[in-house]
Amino acid sequence: MARDGALRLTVDSPTSSSPGLEQVNRMGFRPHVSNGAGLSRDQIEENFADLTPTLNHTQAHVESARCLYCYDAPCIKACPTAIDIPTFIHQIRSENLKGSARTILSANIMGGTCGRACPTEVLCEEACVLNARGEEPVKIGALQRHAVEDLMARGGSHPFTRAPLSGKTVGVIGAGPAGLSFAHRAAMLGHDAIVFEARPKPGGLNEYGLAAYKMANEFAQREIDFLLGIGGIKIEYGKALGRNVSLNELKQRCAAVFIGAGITATNALGIPGENLSGVYDALGFIEELRQAKDKSLMRTGKNVVVIGGGNTAIDAAIQSKRLGAENVTMMYRRGETSMTATAWERDLARTNEVVIRTWAMPVRFEGTAKVTGAVFEKATMQNGKLTGTGETFSIPADMVLKAIGQKLNDATFAEMKLVRGKIAVDETFQTSVPGVFAGGDCIVSGEDLTVQAVEDGKRAAIAADRYVRGA
Amino acid sequence: MADLYCNIGGVESPNPFWLASAPPTDKYVNVKRAFDAGWGGAVWKTLGNDPPVVNATSRYGVHRDQARGIVGINNIELISDRPLDQNLREIEQLRREYPDRVIIGSLMAPIEEDAWKGLAAKILNTGVQGLELNLGCPHGMCERGMGSAVGQVPEMVEQTTRWVKTVAGRIPVFTKLTPNITDIVVPAEAARKGGADGVALINTVNSIVSVDLDSMAPRPTVDGKGTHGGYCGTAVKPIALNMVQAIARDPETAPLAISAIGGITTWRDAAEFIALGAQGVQVCTAAMLYGFRIVDDMIAGLTNFMEERQYRSIADFRGRALRNTVDWNDLNLNYDLKALIHQDMCIECGRCHIACEDGAHQAIRIGAGPNGHRTFTVDNDECVGCNLCLHVCPVENCIEMKPVANGLPSVSWPHHPLNPLRTGG
Repeated sequence: MARDGALRLTVDSPTSSSPGLEQVNRMGFRPHVSNGAGLSRDQIEENFADLTPTLNHTQAHVESARCLYCYDAPCIKACPTAIDIPTFIHQIRSENLKGSARTILSANIMGGTCGRACPTEVLCEEACVLNARGEEPVKIGALQRHAVEDLMARGGSHPFTRAPLSGKTVGVIGAGPAGLSFAHRAAMLGHDAIVFEARPKPGGLNEYGLAAYKMANEFAQREIDFLLGIGGIKIEYGKALGRNVSLNELKQRCAAVFIGAGITATNALGIPGENLSGVYDALGFIEELRQAKDKSLMRTGKNVVVIGGGNTAIDAAIQSKRLGAENVTMMYRRGETSMTATAWERDLARTNEVVIRTWAMPVRFEGTAKVTGAVFEKATMQNGKLTGTGETFSIPADMVLKAIGQKLNDATFAEMKLVRGKIAVDETFQTSVPGVFAGGDCIVSGEDLTVQAVEDGKRAAIAADRYVRGA
Repeated sequence: MADLYCNIGGVESPNPFWLASAPPTDKYVNVKRAFDAGWGGAVWKTLGNDPPVVNATSRYGVHRDQARGIVGINNIELISDRPLDQNLREIEQLRREYPDRVIIGSLMAPIEEDAWKGLAAKILNTGVQGLELNLGCPHGMCERGMGSAVGQVPEMVEQTTRWVKTVAGRIPVFTKLTPNITDIVVPAEAARKGGADGVALINTVNSIVSVDLDSMAPRPTVDGKGTHGGYCGTAVKPIALNMVQAIARDPETAPLAISAIGGITTWRDAAEFIALGAQGVQVCTAAMLYGFRIVDDMIAGLTNFMEERQYRSIADFRGRALRNTVDWNDLNLNYDLKALIHQDMCIECGRCHIACEDGAHQAIRIGAGPNGHRTFTVDNDECVGCNLCLHVCPVENCIEMKPVANGLPSVSWPHHPLNPLRTGG
């Protein structure tokens, strides 16, 4: 199927009601699915192209005109980074695209990723007052993406400048959204930043953990190149806290330290067969796929079972299907309303022919060396507690992807206070160790959202600036 | 059954919808298509004496609303650039083929008696039901002493009208007026003195519609340069409505028939002009933007409106709003309104609050509602009933303007106790 815009608009209507502009674009492309013989390289390439092509000038203008330009708008309050949404949309309308991008990026330096990957349907777009008028909300995410990509495409000088240099250096653990947001804001405030990243590339989950079609065309790396344009930020790769970088050393070298290390230890189901070949961690699968130069060389199963109910489970399930898996089943132990995956993500999974099954707890995986099936027990809520009914069933599986969450690699953070298994911070994002700040998924409030991580990093940098200057 | 038949200054027309003198009435093929679509009449694109004028390219600029819709067009096109004879033959042919439809000949000539009279006589020979004097074109032709250059001088308006009326005899003559003057009643009076049966207004408003900030030239741009042009479309409707009522209300000009022009796009626009005293309307921009088909809804909508109100003819409601159109000095200053925001319909956009706060009387308060919701309520002590909140509110009927039952008698400024020059008690 050709992927030109004209055709996309004429494709059968999607399953959800009254598609808006963005939905038509997203839903209009029907992914290639395997008839059992797998998919060609070209088909797979098409399946992993940009899920939501950016709005063109006319589309953006027309969509921007739908915004009511609310006063003290509810969408701003619903955005973790509090982007002044009515202003940036008004700037699109007034053809001040550069000003629009500046409005977005001054609150959220990763506004480009957020425009692509934010679950806007439960954030800004859910708060849009047009919902209350019985209409589709303004496509805020798509408009944000339009403005930021326009600025990035123009190139030119970085839109922000640095305050007079302080001569101080701040240390950052992790070049993910939280760490880079911290580094960028610290650089704006006049400090130099040195970032230690365990992996060979920056970006954290933006680079390794989001579905490929959400971050097509190397967007994560392009955004970081743009971010680093502020100057004063140096990234050292292959440096992991507790392995070849120590907190003590950092505290001595740097005026303040920020930990944006994420949560990297995987949870285990603790059931028989978990070690069989073919049982993988979903994040590892997504990471490998993101890094694959030629996705058609990625292996997938014929019958893939994904365990979990979050957006990572959705990303793993859809991508398996788009790689050519014949049957992909998402298994979740509670009811659909308890899933952390948003309704929009669940709809996307279903239009990709992913089967979502609920009230099923994994019991064991079957197979000798390689997994051949998975056994589940039906579940129910009893006295507010999830309980197995005793009735089991099995489904064939030659690949199992576990998307049951991560946890903090807590041994690394022995010297600071943890709460509920994550780093405790005060209202200034400072940990129990003076001068050491933290944010993103590794802190107690961590939400597995790029936008929240960016906000944590930004606010921590403002607090660290005060700390460094002794204010 | 409502009948849209009307008599406009002595011209009988099956409905009040005529196409104004402009590109849509430039030639046989256009006007034939218009008549087939249902238009009651067409004022032919203005004719001049040969040799025909030469037009420039490009010709139109537009003014858009925020959603890219066109609210106004500005043009720098001149009168018909085709030979006079050809135009006259086509008019004659259409008069034969569509005897029940109206064709009005529009003309423009240098300010010389023979030029006007000779041209008028030639056009009259085609069998047109009326003549319209183009004394309004505000670009190009005025630089040659024609169009608005004539329309802006009452003596010349009277003179040219008289010349043409002498030739026209019992055939109705409409003088088309330019809005680019101080008081529209003055040229209307001049037209009446000259013997006009009616006036047609408004011609286009002098304007520069936008400036291209890359080439630093006005739009439309002709080889790097631009000029002022004539503005039309929905944006000029309010100007036209006011000028129509001014002529209809003035005892000197009230006997003139009015063929109203100015941004008429729907039946409702037409009904408003008729309510302010127009006998018929002329349409140009809407037909240029959407095609002749829009007359369908104009006819159907006006018919529905008239049937709902039990008006059997146009004459039944023509001028009905004039009795309520008064000078400011006749308004009741004891009348009081307060805005009421219906909370169940409010979508919490805050537009009313910020408009009132920054642009009006600081009368709308933000409060905290349940579950993080915001409430917007009117402080009646501060509200002056200005309507601004009502207009900016994006939800229809969410804000209601409620009259205050203050029991006070009607009092206008000339009688107001605070007026030091008041007359009587």
